[in-house]
Amino acid sequence: MTSMPPKSLPFDKPALRRGLGGLLAAAILFLAFAPYWAGRADLRLLMEAFGFLALAQMWNLLAGYTGLVSVGQQAFVGLGGYVFFGLAMFAGFHPLVAMPLAGVAAALIAVPTGWIAFRLQGAYFAIGTWVIAEVFRLIAAQFPALGGGSGISLPVAIAKSIGSSTASREMSMYYVAFTIALLATFGVWALLRSPWGLALTAIRDSEPAAESLGVRTRRTKFLIYVLTAGVTGLTGAFIFLQKLRISPEAAFSVNEWTAFVIFIVVIGGIGTIEGPILGVIIFFVLRGLTADWGTWYLIMMGAIAIVVMLVDKRGVWGALQARGMPSIFTISRNLENKAKIAPVDTPAHAEASDTVGR
Amino acid sequence: MVWLNALLQGVLLGGLYALFAAGLSLMFGVMRFVNIAHGDFIVFAAYLLMSTVVMAGMNPFIGIGLVVVIMGIAGYLGQRFVLNRVLGKDILPPILVTFGMSIILQNALLEIFSADSRRVQTGWLETVSIQFNDVVAIGLLPLLMFVAALAILGVLQWIFYHTALGRLLRATSDDAEIVPLMGGNNAHIFGLATMLASGVVAIAGVLLAMKTNFDPTAGPSRLLFAFEAVIIGGLGSIWGTLAGGIVLGVAQTLGAQIDSGYQMLAGHIAFLAVLVLRPKGLFPRTIG
Repeated sequence: MTSMPPKSLPFDKPALRRGLGGLLAAAILFLAFAPYWAGRADLRLLMEAFGFLALAQMWNLLAGYTGLVSVGQQAFVGLGGYVFFGLAMFAGFHPLVAMPLAGVAAALIAVPTGWIAFRLQGAYFAIGTWVIAEVFRLIAAQFPALGGGSGISLPVAIAKSIGSSTASREMSMYYVAFTIALLATFGVWALLRSPWGLALTAIRDSEPAAESLGVRTRRTKFLIYVLTAGVTGLTGAFIFLQKLRISPEAAFSVNEWTAFVIFIVVIGGIGTIEGPILGVIIFFVLRGLTADWGTWYLIMMGAIAIVVMLVDKRGVWGALQARGMPSIFTISRNLENKAKIAPVDTPAHAEASDTVGR
Repeated sequence: MVWLNALLQGVLLGGLYALFAAGLSLMFGVMRFVNIAHGDFIVFAAYLLMSTVVMAGMNPFIGIGLVVVIMGIAGYLGQRFVLNRVLGKDILPPILVTFGMSIILQNALLEIFSADSRRVQTGWLETVSIQFNDVVAIGLLPLLMFVAALAILGVLQWIFYHTALGRLLRATSDDAEIVPLMGGNNAHIFGLATMLASGVVAIAGVLLAMKTNFDPTAGPSRLLFAFEAVIIGGLGSIWGTLAGGIVLGVAQTLGAQIDSGYQMLAGHIAFLAVLVLRPKGLFPRTIG
């Protein structure tokens, strides 16, 4: 594939990495105290961004590492939301208990749906997952108790059980969102640094080679599919707790929960943990700048996705890495401090993914 | 009797679905990529027909011809200048580019034509029907559309097996890397494949415009119908695709007969059932 001439950055790499790591830590610390400095509107925006970050990390884990390009992840966002509403409204669970349970339910339901979807390969898998999401949407509309086709609002009493005053409720909600985003990001990092991660990176780089070295690729991909469904469902439960209202159209929206998420990952840089973070920032900045453009804003998002694919499909972070930017979330161990052996510490996705998902 | 009627209507509807599917299947067969914007292109063609025939008041046959020509040229150029650049072993870039196109098309149509649902009226064609008894009747329009779909599929079959272009397309489908060694130009062949597929998409859009209401967001569900018909029928066979379209159409009309809310669900469930029981489809291609 196209190999960029390694133009080095004018910095010492380890120092740059430490600097970026410090910046990230400072940002996390800063965000940890957001309820004390941010206004209500800012908090809401941050919560939304955390939701998208978690979804983006999950989609990236799925597509970027196992090559399973799904355009049906809205199935699990909606499922998580609906199971959460059901558990909170009819089984009387506290919202903070119902949320993880909704995630578990999404993971459990992902087992049979995965069993069906895995019969399709490549691009057909993508559309197959979309059909499954449509089936969920149509089934959700058949439950009158959950509002049928027109949707239902979360009773005020349930929302109040998180916090009696609006301020305390929003603070708890903020920390839930913050936790989910951190869990998704650092969870993926921890996973990739484990022996599982080694298998995943091997699958990303070359599936036949991984297979020949004893990686059980099908089982690994299936488990990742189920795991991402679970965290996606948990995130979905939170998203609809924040929205306080759920309807089949909103819950299983392909544009909202899959198209935007894919744009975030691809613009930021697929196959990296930094990519989705950068992508979420870019997405929300663009959205803020073009808020009153109406449909033109969506047209622009579509155009940007096309341009990224035509210009450099590794995305912003991937392109930076190819020019020598060090990883903040280091996954591989290399010897660059001691000897100049390893040029770049993770292969850029564009080169790596050529054999994935075939 | 109502069930027999539903069955008949489903078969007729299946012809339209087979046309939706033929374009998708053709592009996958030759270039191994799935066009996420396929349904949006169908809806775009429907709007083109409305603009030429209804808004500009053209003769319907000239209007239809114009839609086919515009879509064909746009398909060739789009393939040569955009899609060819992202084709490769990595499946993500083509999916993303066509996903982007889908969103652009939907929102552009929304901007130009508003969210109102439209339909191209066909006058007396809509009301004439062949009455078998009180319940069972076949409308002339659905019947003509079914015949048109059969004719288009027949023409495709003929192009594939009796023309030089068909030979090139089949050769590319079998092994795209060898074709250039034999003097073929892959970029051009891909362009021609998309041109042909876009012509079929144009006809599908024309029929869609006459048959049902459509709006700017009607595309994705057409993509799903097309995809389901392809998988039900089995990859790589035109008549299998027709069978897939008919199975899907019948499942939908029978589902609608039970409860109008089950129309789409029944179609999807038929698709999932085939996927579970016969993953290769009902009529898999046996020879290369």
